[in-house]
Amino acid sequence: MKSMPTSIDATLELLRSGGYVPDRALATVLFLSLKMGRPLFLEGEAGVGKTEIAKVLADRLNRRLIRLQCYEGLDVANAVYEWNYAAQMIEIRAAEATGAIDRERLVEDVFTERFLIKRPLLQALEPDERGAPVLLIDELDRADEAFEAYLLEVLADNQVTVPELETFRADSPPIVVVTTNRTREIHDALKRRCLYHWIDYPDAARELEIVRTKVPAVSDRLSREIVGFVQKLRAEELFKNPGVAETLDWATALTELDRVALDPETLSDTLGVLLKYQDDIARIEGTRAKSLLDDVKADLNAAE
Amino acid sequence: MSAVDTENPETGRLAENIVYFARALRRAGLPVGPASVIDAIRAVEVAGVATRADFFWALHSIFVTKREHRAVFDEAFRLFWRSRRNLEHLLANFLETDYEPEEAEKERPAAARVAEAMFPDLETRSRPSKKEEEIESRLLVSDEELLQHRDFAQMSAAEVAEAKRQIEAMRLPEDKVRARRLVAAPTAGMIDARRTLRASLRTGGKMILLRHRRPAEINPPIVILADISGSMGEYTRIFLHFMHALGERRRRVHSFLFGTRLTNVTRQLRLKDPDEALAACSKSVPDWSGGTRIATALHTFNRLWGRRVLGQGAIVLLFTDGLERDTDEDLGREMDRLYRSCRRLIWLNPLLRYGGFEAKARGIRAMLPHVDEFRPVHSLAAIADLCEALSERGSAAADPRRWLAAA
Repeated sequence: MKSMPTSIDATLELLRSGGYVPDRALATVLFLSLKMGRPLFLEGEAGVGKTEIAKVLADRLNRRLIRLQCYEGLDVANAVYEWNYAAQMIEIRAAEATGAIDRERLVEDVFTERFLIKRPLLQALEPDERGAPVLLIDELDRADEAFEAYLLEVLADNQVTVPELETFRADSPPIVVVTTNRTREIHDALKRRCLYHWIDYPDAARELEIVRTKVPAVSDRLSREIVGFVQKLRAEELFKNPGVAETLDWATALTELDRVALDPETLSDTLGVLLKYQDDIARIEGTRAKSLLDDVKADLNAAE
Repeated sequence: MSAVDTENPETGRLAENIVYFARALRRAGLPVGPASVIDAIRAVEVAGVATRADFFWALHSIFVTKREHRAVFDEAFRLFWRSRRNLEHLLANFLETDYEPEEAEKERPAAARVAEAMFPDLETRSRPSKKEEEIESRLLVSDEELLQHRDFAQMSAAEVAEAKRQIEAMRLPEDKVRARRLVAAPTAGMIDARRTLRASLRTGGKMILLRHRRPAEINPPIVILADISGSMGEYTRIFLHFMHALGERRRRVHSFLFGTRLTNVTRQLRLKDPDEALAACSKSVPDWSGGTRIATALHTFNRLWGRRVLGQGAIVLLFTDGLERDTDEDLGREMDRLYRSCRRLIWLNPLLRYGGFEAKARGIRAMLPHVDEFRPVHSLAAIADLCEALSERGSAAADPRRWLAAA
């Protein structure tokens, strides 16, 4: 599928065809963001599939994916553009060697697009024969606040100003997806320009579908047990709940171990795949894990 | 000092009154200089003010430069230009619309400060209200949930100014961290290629003048967790005032209050007049002066807020007396979690009204091993004491192990 989806159902179908199982709320907000040309602001716990949306979107719409991974200290030079100083120096020396130096001319020669190194944000504004690219600004909460201010210009007006050269403006604005893990609050001014969506953990039915889509090798019974157990874990008030990514890792791990059903022993051996904090593991390991597992099995047997 | 002489509606009178009005504003704490007085008079002339509302907004546009000054201005305007007839004469015009029907009398924010600025001789400052005094039954520790709202005495102008000065002067320990971001530096550091190249082009490329940059230094975020249970009752006003004043000075301050439950009051305190902020807090917190459940509150904080506000090397200021009935095991664990998720955890304990404090209470002993600094305060009557207790000096004496060993 190459063209933009024309309805919410089409958006659902688009994501599904890329192996992403969305709920209707997400499909709606994504459809609106595509239709209105507004950036999509996705917030949620780690491992619920925020980044994946941008990847699937780029793949399905056959657009280029430009990813800007944020980190503390990210600045214009790494996110927007940088001049190729070495080449500029050589140009100046060459001009000197030929003799006549006209200062005005020199400035014009040195600050041209030839010496401009384009970083992700500027690349995203460039025309592309496949259509405007998908720009993924990942984990924005890791960048410091000063960087958010740069983003405002890009997100609001789809333009970037290079003071020495010109203002680059996108003919067709990129599809922007911003993700954050909420380790810090993002400024309201930036949120205001985006469509906001909180991605929650999926419910059992959807998580089951995700497991079956992503790990087809897993047996029917096992996948039900896995999802049932993870869903029960999330109700336990843990410090860090297992995300969908962890569920998939666990499903893969159990398949690799050739298990067809969960047993307490395997469970305690592989609990580290699901829980990443010692406090959480200590709380769940042993009797609590066993009783949760028994509950899951009882539920499944009752359903059959 | 209300609008001067009304029987002489010459134009000169209006200017004079605006000067007086500006003075009153200045005394109430607004930064109003002579230049803005001239601007204000000109604004009233230029705008061709006809109604009271026009007049209000004309002056507002000049004198109010910050959102939080709005409350003071509102109140000052109401008092100073009280008589509509006076203003009518002064504007030498007629009033078309009835602006601002007098509201039902409730306590307006900033009222105390403005009244004080305008009638300095009168004893108009509101004393701590009766209700507040009643609540301050000391050392009331219980885990009963006692839900009630609370009124605070309004701030006086001197108090606000003093708080600002104190907080300005306060240096928290380890309050500067190196950021990854680079900024221009006058001397040695890393070479800044962009500025170097631009500088050398200025000379036509003949000389290469090196420009430098170095990592920026920033203030880390501050997270304040303040206990507002019954035993801390008399300090809550100081805490709130401190949180508010600190939030005005710095950008990244997150404030939480806890008694039996945890409330985030960051939004209520931001960009507001101090009285307005305190009133907003008072409204949004359901458990003033009730019991304490420190462990539960910390658990909630760790689970729901820890990861959101403790990034970028936050300093946590914990204001509590540590008198707690929850099981010590939970308390220790939650403290440990908090301790390990922030860069520096400073515990300020105002329980000690007497010299020979010993860390005997179970709650205190459970919490002490998990803090970087333990700061006891013997008397906590003003922001100054709080600032003094939190400042960098005396970091060595604040080692929690000293207190543990002594007990």
